[in-house]
Amino acid sequence: MALRRFDLEAGGDSFAFKPETEPTIAFWLGKYPEDKKRSAVIPLLWLAQKDNAGWLSEPAMREVADRLEMPYIRVYEVATFYTMFRLQPVGKHHIQLCGTTPCMLRGANDLKEVCEKKIGKPMHVTDDGRLSWEEVECLGACVNAPMAQINDYYYEDLTTESFGEILDKLGNGVDVDPGPFVDRLNSAPQGGLTSLMEGDLFDGSRNAISELPNLPSAAPAEPEAAPAPAPEAEAKTTLIKDSKPAPKAEDKPEILTVAAGEEDDLKRIKGIGPVNEKALNELGIFKFRQIAAWTPENVDWVEDFMSFPGRIEREDWIAQAKTLAEGEETEFSKRVDAGEVESSKDEGET
Amino acid sequence: MLQDKDRIFTNLYGAHDPGLEGAKQRGAWHLTREMLAQEPDWLCNQIKESGLRGRGGAGFPTGLKWTFMPKSVGERPHYLVVNADESEPGTCKDREIMRHDPHLLIEGCMVASRAMRAHECYVYLRGEYIAEREALEKAVKEAYKAKLIGKDNVNGWDFDIYVHHGAGAYICGEETALLESLEGKKGQPRLKPPFPANAGLYGCPTTVNNVESIAVVPTILRRGASWFAGFGRPNNTGTKLFCVSGHVNKPCNIEEEMSITFRDLIDTHCGGIRGGWDNLKAVIPGGSSVPMVPAEQIMDAHMDFDTLRDLQSGLGTAAVIVMDKSTDLIQAISRIAYFYKHESCGQCTPCREGTGWMWRVLEQMVKGEAHHDDIDKLLDVSKQVEGHTICALGDAAAWPVQGLIRHFRHEIEDRITQYRAPRALVQGHTVAAE
Repeated sequence: MALRRFDLEAGGDSFAFKPETEPTIAFWLGKYPEDKKRSAVIPLLWLAQKDNAGWLSEPAMREVADRLEMPYIRVYEVATFYTMFRLQPVGKHHIQLCGTTPCMLRGANDLKEVCEKKIGKPMHVTDDGRLSWEEVECLGACVNAPMAQINDYYYEDLTTESFGEILDKLGNGVDVDPGPFVDRLNSAPQGGLTSLMEGDLFDGSRNAISELPNLPSAAPAEPEAAPAPAPEAEAKTTLIKDSKPAPKAEDKPEILTVAAGEEDDLKRIKGIGPVNEKALNELGIFKFRQIAAWTPENVDWVEDFMSFPGRIEREDWIAQAKTLAEGEETEFSKRVDAGEVESSKDEGET
Repeated sequence: MLQDKDRIFTNLYGAHDPGLEGAKQRGAWHLTREMLAQEPDWLCNQIKESGLRGRGGAGFPTGLKWTFMPKSVGERPHYLVVNADESEPGTCKDREIMRHDPHLLIEGCMVASRAMRAHECYVYLRGEYIAEREALEKAVKEAYKAKLIGKDNVNGWDFDIYVHHGAGAYICGEETALLESLEGKKGQPRLKPPFPANAGLYGCPTTVNNVESIAVVPTILRRGASWFAGFGRPNNTGTKLFCVSGHVNKPCNIEEEMSITFRDLIDTHCGGIRGGWDNLKAVIPGGSSVPMVPAEQIMDAHMDFDTLRDLQSGLGTAAVIVMDKSTDLIQAISRIAYFYKHESCGQCTPCREGTGWMWRVLEQMVKGEAHHDDIDKLLDVSKQVEGHTICALGDAAAWPVQGLIRHFRHEIEDRITQYRAPRALVQGHTVAAE
């Protein structure tokens, strides 16, 4: 993890948001429930950083904490955890150079040298206060590698030459537009499109369909796909009403009686611990092959019986049981067999 | 090979107007009211039948995920949270959706919210995506103004959408860390259970979905589940945005059919491998978290979840990082290891300590300054990290290292031998591990 500390002295004693930032603050606060103002901490810290010449001082953190009625320490935590909050002064144009593997493969290390030559060490601010730089982790523009973020925007498809020029211009107070620095349209392949060339994609032809396919009335396949909602449950249930009917008795899975010692160790299925195993055994489920044969209706019935909706599907008991019934192993069963899973502490079991 | 008529993201490169009028011309916001008039069960079933698997990396069936939400709304409201914290190295697809086709995303959010009985949706963008946030905010404003969303809108389902942003933490792409961050805390993942579908944002039932998973939903419903299911191989259906970076002649984003072969993908859209196919060394097929696959295994492999899993890798986010023979693979993986060291949230000891340890050892191996048995030790440590942490970052840090050792152990051994040859007689020469 990135270890980040802030300097209590460097930021002076006070901070105030610029008056023109106030509407933006109100805009952000309006996004969250009244009693969850704290959610706005990252956006507000970001605005504070903008109003404080690109870095976050300790008084700025306190100002945000006061506005959100948060303890200072909670704001300090956030400010030091997230790496876009800069805890020391930066240049007017702060360059975040991506150095992660996709950019590295296309020459980011050469760009680092350009930065060191023209600016100096990471986080060093040039004497005129115009430039500073740091290496950051993947910025998510990998098909336009190598790239850098300068203040807010992305400068893509850089070479040592084009990047050097950008730095020179910014250093001399000339603005540079962001975007790709080779002849290409955003993330399209250079030298011409290989897709999206047909005109009728863009002229409204796609709006020719007048009805959605597979609507319930026109879909005889529906009962098969969704076995649970029986007709008597009323298709037009309101939102608040539980539209899922209670499982029917005939959906109870096949049960067995087996001699002691004949039963499989169901705990080798991920999701079944001692408690669930006991419940299944009481139900008459002892073998992997029984679980492997469950139909969706059976699953609904068992989930209802054991009152944990969705879990059998989520943990995919059936596929696990199929594998184990064939005498093969799963990753989880290997760990169980190796004694690595303390069954009494099995996840989800209490 | 996917034809233009079947592409969902028709403004992927931003050649056309990303605004509401342009989006409508391309088919967005068409028949939305009819979709929202349907029952959640129908919506979930359609998405299940389409075979859509989550596009954020894990590949969990999206329709199934939606059904985990409670079937009725109690005292706690339901939330949809869209994960736009696109930070997996290699991945840059959601960015294009947000800045060039934002209306498909907003429409998808609304339909997905209906399917999970939610009236509110938060979109969590990574902090660095400032241009993308501005584009999305603009589109949201347009949609409110046109009364497509909001209270008493023309589509008949009350729906509010809020754009939120982070501040540069990869871990916030993990769904529970994202929720923590959205609640104004450090992005440290929560223990599961309880799963977000039971207790997510503000303790309320929540589903977190990737941008691409949500943005394809309206088009699937308009054109039919079977249309979408008709692409790709069974269990790996649909169209997919691929991000091809690294040593190809023309890196690009491209929407293609699932299960397209690697060779077709590269030759059709990326102008081939730099220096020709003989120059290909290895490929990371799904973002930095998945193990690499050597050239001879990947060349004609299908790019889908199951094929790549069988190659002991994964499709992940379909971020294809291509490496030719000039690549120092040990250094490439070492840089990825540094990434995970940097991004570990520090909560679980195996990950916090293990990621740094693995990076330091790999840095020594780049120089060859190690013992041969350090390779096994590194493998062993990676296994100690994998599966012993709250979230999957530990796994993600371990897999690239395991992939390197699995396929290119000989390169590490050669490097060590080379380094040690002139120093062979010095016993107990100091080595990496601290």
